[in-house]
Amino acid sequence: MKTIDARGLSCPEPVLVTKKAIQQELPVTILVDQQVAVENIVRFAHKEGLYDTVKIMDNYFSILISRQ
Amino acid sequence: MEKTQKLWMIFSGALFGAFAVLLVRFGNPANMGLCIACFIRDIAGSMKLHQAGVVQYLRPEIVGLVLGAFIMAVANKEYHAQGGSSPVTRFVLGIFVMIGALMFLGCPLRMVLRLAGGDLNAVVGLLGFTAGILLGVFFLQKGFSLKRTYQQSGFEGSMITIVLVGLFVLSLVAPLLFARSETGPGSMAAPWLLALGVGLIIGAVAHKTRLCMVGGIRDVVLFRDFHLLTGFLSILVVATLANLLNGSFHLGWVNQPVAFQNFTWNFLGMALVGFGSALLGGCPLRQLILAGAGNSDSAITILGLLVGAAICHNFGLASSLAGPTMAGKIAVGIGLISTLIIALVNTYRRP
Repeated sequence: MKTIDARGLSCPEPVLVTKKAIQQELPVTILVDQQVAVENIVRFAHKEGLYDTVKIMDNYFSILISRQ
Repeated sequence: MEKTQKLWMIFSGALFGAFAVLLVRFGNPANMGLCIACFIRDIAGSMKLHQAGVVQYLRPEIVGLVLGAFIMAVANKEYHAQGGSSPVTRFVLGIFVMIGALMFLGCPLRMVLRLAGGDLNAVVGLLGFTAGILLGVFFLQKGFSLKRTYQQSGFEGSMITIVLVGLFVLSLVAPLLFARSETGPGSMAAPWLLALGVGLIIGAVAHKTRLCMVGGIRDVVLFRDFHLLTGFLSILVVATLANLLNGSFHLGWVNQPVAFQNFTWNFLGMALVGFGSALLGGCPLRQLILAGAGNSDSAITILGLLVGAAICHNFGLASSLAGPTMAGKIAVGIGLISTLIIALVNTYRRP
């Protein structure tokens, strides 16, 4: 499974890389380091009819996006 | 969760709209209850970075916005000291965004407040603003990036908040240190405690909701996501209603407060603001909020806006009620071309 590191990228880049990634393959994991990026990606995933699992790591978040 | 987010967004927009009209009622210039560009310009004047006597005042709203966002970020454990994403490029973009805003006479927030006051010139501004954002979105889709931020020390992240609060305290204990307008927009101000309080509240709320004028239009185009636009519309609706109740709604093109009628330059000024802000990832308001929450790149952008304001008034670039100046037109032209070059280089360079 592909993991995309979007840590440190500023708005709206994390959602843009997510959009690009889910067009290529699913499931995919996106790493981000800000709460706002998590909210934006989760909102985007739901709108695309996808599911998410957010894990809180040491000082970043890992979001798994899948079809179910 | 998403429904709560939406309600918060509508609430925060409504709060902005209502407070903006309230601040005008208590002394701020008409249709300028809140204007990030105008108020940073006034702060530049108060610090004698420019000598335009009518726009000099250390606006407590700006201090409140940054401090409010800082407090909310710390309280919510979302304070995140980071920076290092092309800081000098951001500084330069900040200068150009201010040049565009002082061509039009207002930041995106004031553009909405001018619309809410019935100023039809702001419709032209909105068209330009949208065009500028579309240009920015084009480059974002092609891969535009100012590269990653890195973790900074907490002290570095809070430096801009500390400096602003320090300046503000200094202005209270030694007011004569700072320039203060006796006439013109800079002399018109709500009582400082009210201005600071409103700044603190909406700074905190804007951090919680991520309200952003540029993001509103950008996200609709990029992701068909209307979340941020809801806040934008909520400000417009509530401020319009408040103006109607207050008797301060005057529909028309002429004799609008701190505005002029010139289709081309209202359009191009806001196009530069929209384009630059889209590349920066947020409007001037959002930059203040991010800076409060520890983002030193946004702090650098604010310093760019501050220097931009000084340049505007020192070199006669800022428009007035009489309209744009020749120097201002040239500067907006240079700004658009330079921003285009920044966009091209950061989109198509080799990795």
